[in-house]
Amino acid sequence: MAAAVPGAARARATAALLLLLGCYGAALAGGLQDQAEQFLRSGHTNNWAVLVCTSRFWFNYRHVANTLSVYRSVKRLGIPDSHIVLMLADDMACNPRNPKPATVFSHKNMELNVYGDDVEVDYRSYEVTVENFLRVLTGRIPPSTPRSKRLLSDDRSNILIYMTGHGGNGFLKFQDSEEITNVELADAFEQMWQKRRYNELLFIIDTCQGASMYERFYSPNIMALASSQVGEDSLSHQPDLAIGVHLMDRYTFYVLEFLEEIHPASQTNMNDLFQVCPKSLCVSTPGHRTDLFQRDPQNVLITDFFGSVRKVEITTETLALDRGGVGFESKFPEEELATEPLKYAEQLPVAQIIHQKPKQKDWHPPGGFILGLWALIIMVFFKTYGIKHMKHVF
Amino acid sequence: AAPVQVQLVVPMAVVFGPGAVPADLPRPLPFRDVQEMEISVNLRSSVTSRYEMLYRSTTAQEEAALAAATAREADAALYPLQDPTLGSLTMYVLPETSSLLPQGTSVYVGKHRSALLRAGGSLAALQARLREVTQLMSFTATSIAAALSDRVPDGRLGPDARRNLKSSLGYEITFSLLNPDPKSHTVDWDIEGAVNCYVKPVLDKLSLVANFSVDSQILYYAVLGVTPRYDKASSSFLLSAHSLPHVINPVEARLGSSAASLYPVLNFLLYVPERSHSPLYIQDKDGAPVSTNAFHSPRWGGIMVYNVEAPASPQASLPLHVDVDMARVMEVFLAQLRLLFGLSREEVPPEFLLESPGNEGLADWELDHLLWAHTVENIATVSTTLTSLAQLLDKIGNIVIKDDVASEVYRAVASVQSAVTKLSLGNLHAAFQASKEAVTSSERAFFDPSLLHLLYFPDDQKFAIYIPLFLPMAVPILLSLAKIVRETRLRKKEPTKMD
Repeated sequence: MAAAVPGAARARATAALLLLLGCYGAALAGGLQDQAEQFLRSGHTNNWAVLVCTSRFWFNYRHVANTLSVYRSVKRLGIPDSHIVLMLADDMACNPRNPKPATVFSHKNMELNVYGDDVEVDYRSYEVTVENFLRVLTGRIPPSTPRSKRLLSDDRSNILIYMTGHGGNGFLKFQDSEEITNVELADAFEQMWQKRRYNELLFIIDTCQGASMYERFYSPNIMALASSQVGEDSLSHQPDLAIGVHLMDRYTFYVLEFLEEIHPASQTNMNDLFQVCPKSLCVSTPGHRTDLFQRDPQNVLITDFFGSVRKVEITTETLALDRGGVGFESKFPEEELATEPLKYAEQLPVAQIIHQKPKQKDWHPPGGFILGLWALIIMVFFKTYGIKHMKHVF
Repeated sequence: AAPVQVQLVVPMAVVFGPGAVPADLPRPLPFRDVQEMEISVNLRSSVTSRYEMLYRSTTAQEEAALAAATAREADAALYPLQDPTLGSLTMYVLPETSSLLPQGTSVYVGKHRSALLRAGGSLAALQARLREVTQLMSFTATSIAAALSDRVPDGRLGPDARRNLKSSLGYEITFSLLNPDPKSHTVDWDIEGAVNCYVKPVLDKLSLVANFSVDSQILYYAVLGVTPRYDKASSSFLLSAHSLPHVINPVEARLGSSAASLYPVLNFLLYVPERSHSPLYIQDKDGAPVSTNAFHSPRWGGIMVYNVEAPASPQASLPLHVDVDMARVMEVFLAQLRLLFGLSREEVPPEFLLESPGNEGLADWELDHLLWAHTVENIATVSTTLTSLAQLLDKIGNIVIKDDVASEVYRAVASVQSAVTKLSLGNLHAAFQASKEAVTSSERAFFDPSLLHLLYFPDDQKFAIYIPLFLPMAVPILLSLAKIVRETRLRKKEPTKMD
């Protein structure tokens, strides 16, 4: 056929092809420009992540593996450890029942060790409590807490909050002994919003009936994803016969697969994340909530929350300095405050570190109350039914 | 958000030089005038600016100073004759034909708090020019709106507005030298000397605004996250503008920060490229190499690439010794520091001539600019914090307020009221100090660890716990009490029956 095409038609075809290529090139350049503008549309300058695993005990291996996989993805996409608060309620890697110590696997046949070499766990074991979690979120932390255990976000921070564990309709269980309700979580987010501790917040939860946890949110700029609706259970993915427990939950497994394809410059948006793990794969129905979010999820990049892509500007100005200056005499010499030398025991502000009153965790009624109550009951009983019964009791 | 009503008062003196008095003055000199303008932020918050102007003619000393040869000398001579208080401005009006200002410039802004203007012919033209200059030297509607950025509805502010550093009580500055190739380069930088010589004067001037602490470190084998492209045309390596955002992340993990302080950290990185990637230039959006070879990220810091000259003889022994030219480096870093704070000189009209601040880093009026923005921001922050604290305490009725929390709240309220009063009197320095105290107290009160709502049980939870315990116990008691009451009533009636 090529031999039969006349020369004029071939020239026309070549011209059309060149024109198409030209248009495509222009569109590509325009598209890149548009993408650059779109990149500027999210108003954040830094990213934080708070990753919480709330279950303890060896058979909840999968929750620790879930959290560590998200941690790994988030670190790979650029958020540094100083901006990640990782809370793991139990130590699976060094658990005596772990046949492969110092590893936590997420794929069967031990394909992927999510524990890695540089995990930094900020809250471990019994430090993962509802109180500490709420303190991290609201910022009401005792002054002795180190910087790595704080969420030092500001009004230009995008925060990713990932929680996993066992949950129910309206609550999430911590450490098998306490729970956080959706009302408390919503109030904590409102406290964060009041103090402008976030620009935008992405909340992901992988528990049974996870959608109930985001039902009560009322603060702006929150987007929420859950692995299952109210009344549904989130199922785990696959057991590994050598380790003996289920390694991951389904929803997080497919989220991890999705995130493995994201690199720091990718333009994938949130609508793709909403499609992860349909009912055929996950058995439960993942849900999401975007009504509180101001931007369209179409325009929200995955890396807005999972990565840390910074806005940069070229520096075009310089300051003209007078070189060859000598050492500098400060205009405001530091005042020497006359202080008495402190004795060793006085060096720490003990009163601020230790609460003045011992904080009572649970309110137990004083013992005398119960005794008095029983005395009342007995008195009333015998007054009613006659004193003659008294000798049968004593 | 609580309504904010603040009045910003700027005391100003407009001094007419000989031959510069406009013909259409409403009253003979000297006289006072007031100009008010409203900057509306949102429906409930508004900031009014009030310029209290004193129009007068020059004194003999000022005339002598204005007879200097250049504008810079005139500015230096006029400095001791001006009002030195923070926030005040002095404008000297020169005749239209004056030769003190270079050809083509109509306004010269000095290093301190004064400017030299050409008279515009009529009073209206002069006032228009005055308004431009005073807005440049004190505050504009956009700078105030940017300071109150979390109250302005989205979309009204441009993308530049939320990039400046937030007002904080202190900042930590870290200078880092990144040497990815120590086998080829032994880099020596006299950072202590440079900090003493160049950085300390600037930080000294900024010490009014916040406390600064400076540290430095050297990181070896720290690479950028992006591989630069080789460009045959210039035989150098290029980093394109759209790959710059990805440069910072791999380095940031290694930068570290002081564990003890909670202040925002500003990182300034000096990168000496590997021998195999030298020389390395940064390209801007149009593909041209950037003259400073540096870029910065808002609220984070800046990075500068320092190229090592190729050695004269190709057989020079490795590692090459590199002595970093700290003055050149500090020129860029200090410029980036200014830009991070929002002190940019880019949007200045072409007929304005701005005096360079030199080693001090920023002019007095730029310091005022910062103080105005920070004071307004602090006042807004305090009012939001205290309002939301009050709402929290209303919502959880049985929360216990410790005494020190209460005293911090009182102190915050008193300080913020004092700050607003001082602003309306034109006393910027005192207003700023009061607003700083207010912020400290309100943050301490709001973030007190005892205010965690988890610790205070709402009444319905208390009922839910105690009813299953006490209701079954209470049933026989109540029934027995009822029986007692019935028996007593029957016994009371019995004597009458027996009769």
